[in-house]
Amino acid sequence: MNVLVCVKRVPETGARITLTPDAQAIDTSLLGFTISPHEECAVEEALRIMEQHGGTTTVLTLGPAAATEQLQNALAMGIGSAVLVETDGGDWSAEATAAALVEAIRAQSEPFGVLLFGNEAADTGDYQVGVRVAHALGMPCVTGIKGLAIDGEKLTARREVGGGWEIFELPLPSVVTVKEGINLPRYASVQGRLRAKKTEIERIHPQPRASALETVKLVVPPEQETHVEILGGADAATRVVAVLRELGLVA
Amino acid sequence: MTLCLVDDDPVSLETLTFARRLGDVEALVFGEADVDGYVERARRVVHELLDEYAPEAWAQTIVELEPDVVVAPGTDRGHEVLAYVAARLDVPLAANVVDVSLDGDVFQLTRQRWGGSLLEEARLTGTPKLLTVAPHAVAAEPAGVATSVEEFTPTLSDEHFRVRVTRREEPTAGTVRLDTARVVVGGGRGVGSKEGFELLEELANLLGGAVGGSRVVTNLGWRPHSDQVGQTGARIAPDLYIACGVSGAIQHIVGCKGAKRILVINKDQNAPIVARADWAVIGDLHEVVPAIVAELRKNGPEGGARHC
Repeated sequence: MNVLVCVKRVPETGARITLTPDAQAIDTSLLGFTISPHEECAVEEALRIMEQHGGTTTVLTLGPAAATEQLQNALAMGIGSAVLVETDGGDWSAEATAAALVEAIRAQSEPFGVLLFGNEAADTGDYQVGVRVAHALGMPCVTGIKGLAIDGEKLTARREVGGGWEIFELPLPSVVTVKEGINLPRYASVQGRLRAKKTEIERIHPQPRASALETVKLVVPPEQETHVEILGGADAATRVVAVLRELGLVA
Repeated sequence: MTLCLVDDDPVSLETLTFARRLGDVEALVFGEADVDGYVERARRVVHELLDEYAPEAWAQTIVELEPDVVVAPGTDRGHEVLAYVAARLDVPLAANVVDVSLDGDVFQLTRQRWGGSLLEEARLTGTPKLLTVAPHAVAAEPAGVATSVEEFTPTLSDEHFRVRVTRREEPTAGTVRLDTARVVVGGGRGVGSKEGFELLEELANLLGGAVGGSRVVTNLGWRPHSDQVGQTGARIAPDLYIACGVSGAIQHIVGCKGAKRILVINKDQNAPIVARADWAVIGDLHEVVPAIVAELRKNGPEGGARHC
């Protein structure tokens, strides 16, 4: 079973987001970068599938040359090979991203049994790239998955809903987009890091395409600072209960 | 025609309220959801193969109706179904929209990035236009109209059922859902341990509420990931969020900003979450929470909670 995992390089935003002067992007000059959190779990899931069922693992990203850092992080965790679909660094629309990924996936020599994505990228939050790729490849897709098992030619996926679970069964090959919580990703080992540095990264240069959804500008929403009333310290219990009563939460 | 996807998720009624801004809206109802009073026209989808959620069948139903605009709730299902529609028709999907205005045939819209800690203003052209509405962007409000409901049977075949729910596991009886709880008691790193959450459980029980945690807490394994409040977890909208030992990173704030009121219990008056709070107790939650519990118990063993 060969597994492909698609990841995205996103800034680590920390406490507050600052924009560039033209409001077209986040000012990342002082920020580090990471693999988007859901996708870090997708990388871990790919490794677990390989450990259980054999086969190869490949990580793929669409992004600037600097995204080799995230590919190397995935390689260091244990992924076998890496593909960079290289852009000049601007945001690509979900349609353009999916089209470029599909082309890159088709160019791979071996077919994949499972294609893993994050449910949504932490930054653009488009919630659709995995489904678009699946559709183009003629594969079924299920999103928002927090539990996954493979048994022969069948994949069972679990989605959390309202405190319970919906269980899907899909034929292989299929596309699954996962959420954080499906696993706890491992740390890269020292040997993993050394191996990652030596692994050659395949590079593909995609064609951009226009979208009918155009960004005008980004806006940091005004902070909804409230007037906070300090109820006191450790002796504040009676005042807290008075607030609960005022809100109608206790009689 | 503007279609609004409705299912049994309560966010659907918010979405329907939002969709009315776009003019004449027809509700496309899957399952048993009641849209009475929200919209003048509704179609309830009935099909012998459609006994359970199946995203490609739902997408096919939408495609068959050839709408000009489709609005869906910004939920797992809403995103999934509209992503399928978008892929099939090769048009964009604007996810988690919080505002929209019409400029001729162009939608000027505002949507959430980073779980809502950043907004994107964008122009959407072409047909059909697809958008999902961010949960809790608007409150559900009936329009005070009479609703006529027609049944609609789409043309579906086995090919639309490659992906479907084959079985469900219902939530454990008596558990309060985090995303719909009236009160949420949340804990952060300050809770200190897995066992520390027993205090929060006790307070939540007395208030008929649910317990949540920050990303740190679920990454440390102190709580299951399903309890996470934040960008990579649940978005909550309780009447009151009691945040205990939570610092207030952006990742967490986007999960709890739907709360009507916030009460913070924290040792550090300068923690970012204090600036978002309505009330704050500056003290050690390990002393404050038991004191609140004791005070509530003076009302009787149930604490006098008004369970709704």
